[in-house]
Amino acid sequence: MTTMEKTANVPEPRAGDDTAPLLEVRDLHVEFHTRDGVAKAVNGVNYSVSAGETLAVLGESGSGKSVTAQAIMGILDMPPGKIPQGEILFRGQDMLKMSGEERRKIRGSKIAMIFQDALSSLNPVLSVGYQLGEMYRVHQGLSKKEAKAKAIDLMDRVRIPAAKERVNDYPHQFSGGMRQRIMIAMALALEPDLIIADEPTTALDVTVQAQVMDLLAELQREYNMGLILITHDLGVVADVADKIAVMYAGRIVETAPVGELYKRPAHPYTRGLLDSIPRLDQKGQELYAIKGLPPNLLHIPTGCAFNPRCPKATDLCRTDIPALHQVTEKDGAELAGRGSACHFWKETIHG
Amino acid sequence: MGRFVARRLLQMIPVFIGTTLLIFLMVYSLPGDPVKSLFGPKAADPATVERLRHQYGLDKPLLEQYWNYISGLFKGDFGQSFTGRPVADLMAEAFPVTIRLALLAFGFEVIVGVALGILTGLKRGKFLDQIVLVLTLVVISIPVFVIGYVTQFLLGLKWKVITPTVQDSMNIGQLMVPAIVLAALSLAYVTRLTRTTVGENLRADYMRTAVAKGLPRKRVIGVHLMRNSLIPVVTFLGTDLGMLMGGAIVTEGIFNIQGVGNTLFRSIQTSEGPTVVGIVTVLVLVYLVSSLVVDLLYAVLDPRIRYA
Repeated sequence: MTTMEKTANVPEPRAGDDTAPLLEVRDLHVEFHTRDGVAKAVNGVNYSVSAGETLAVLGESGSGKSVTAQAIMGILDMPPGKIPQGEILFRGQDMLKMSGEERRKIRGSKIAMIFQDALSSLNPVLSVGYQLGEMYRVHQGLSKKEAKAKAIDLMDRVRIPAAKERVNDYPHQFSGGMRQRIMIAMALALEPDLIIADEPTTALDVTVQAQVMDLLAELQREYNMGLILITHDLGVVADVADKIAVMYAGRIVETAPVGELYKRPAHPYTRGLLDSIPRLDQKGQELYAIKGLPPNLLHIPTGCAFNPRCPKATDLCRTDIPALHQVTEKDGAELAGRGSACHFWKETIHG
Repeated sequence: MGRFVARRLLQMIPVFIGTTLLIFLMVYSLPGDPVKSLFGPKAADPATVERLRHQYGLDKPLLEQYWNYISGLFKGDFGQSFTGRPVADLMAEAFPVTIRLALLAFGFEVIVGVALGILTGLKRGKFLDQIVLVLTLVVISIPVFVIGYVTQFLLGLKWKVITPTVQDSMNIGQLMVPAIVLAALSLAYVTRLTRTTVGENLRADYMRTAVAKGLPRKRVIGVHLMRNSLIPVVTFLGTDLGMLMGGAIVTEGIFNIQGVGNTLFRSIQTSEGPTVVGIVTVLVLVYLVSSLVVDLLYAVLDPRIRYA
């Protein structure tokens, strides 16, 4: 492990040590101190991403998926946000222990983020060329002219037509899909090791969604980047992700390789999510919905946070918080990368 | 852009005619006869009165008087005041003083107001913010003449830091304190406006993006936050420059500054039509031009604004 840290600090070896994860989140907690009390947004999240791998983080609004991402980026509003415990290891180094300046240098150049709403996430009064070129000017010290040339290259690379003519345009002059491409270009500018995409396609219409996801996946392959894809869209996940982590009330309730999860969910919440996808072969029938609402983070239910909405909840679920169990086959054979935070995962997966 | 400017300039013509006509009518409907008041307490000789009336053109119908005035204006002739001096001369003396005073006040307003606004906007709810909020509220709620007289009393009479009134109206050092008094109200507004827009934009999504890009804090605040926050402030400042020019009557009166405000006040008291109309006409022009400049500047600062 220590030797890997050493090599990891050398700038280039992105294709090298593929066994060590690029990013590892360990037992991360995030809470927000508000007037009404302490909202526990993230309660002990563990996940990891390696180079070239795509991790999809799935969950409803308020499940803590975006907050986890913001904690990794270091863009949480603190206060009111607070990280009482946990580690975020990037190439083996805990980013939470770094100085502000060290973290700033990682942001944008090593870990970049794509936001959901490109219109509000881009500065309305600066041209896109300026905003793209800023990455090079700040992190690489290029001149204004060089930065603009690089910005045009970038816009070409994310396939924005007539990049040269459009480089001085402002965000509001682009269509939604083009704007999101600019966001992607901005994240890609310095060829980071890891990209966090926070619902990158939610604000787009369906045909454009597919184009943007394809572009993102293609560029990820090209640069062998790690990708954390935060979404609540199960359809988006199926095509691009390698593994999935399902979050609920600030905890990971299930992890699985992508195909496995769709075939055999091992948590009632995941099953509920899958059942609520409209299906052509069930046309005319009532669409399933998970009953109730996501929990109030100020008062998370005792035991398993999902118990008030779970059709299979027992007394045990109301008192004991389930750990993330290793999921196995019926005969006890280990299923790699699968875990479920349900007391009754066996019943859920094996029927 | 060119068409927009042209249209705005054309729009100025009816505004200009309308305001001057209005002022003209109002001044001439003031009670009291300006010619008779020239005689003071003495009995007026009807022949002299008649001669003076004819000299100033006051015996003609009102609209003809207006027409004569306007046509003179386009030849650069502002007419004569009743004391016999050309109004243009009076204005040439008064305007440099008021421009100095207004620019001083404006500079003070911009530098202190914007700086305080940014500081308090970034540190909302902190001690400095609370203090500034209370102070600006006090300034906004007190009329200018109270601030003026209190300053004059404390600094001029009690502590003798300055002379109670301005001795030399062209001396910038002496105009400093009156300028601060004149700026006080606008300064309070600028501070509050800047504080609000800074605080609002601080929470905007693009600020989060700027931080996520790994930009240094200096750049996040100085470029991304400021470019957005200062748009409404610049708009306010632009229209305020005109206000400062015309609104100095009280301040100039208190500190005895021989500027436009003072001259205007005296002319109103003596019903000196030509002087009042002349000064107000120039002030109207200042307003019109400064609001055009603000509109143009607005589009430079915010690319989302389109001229139509």
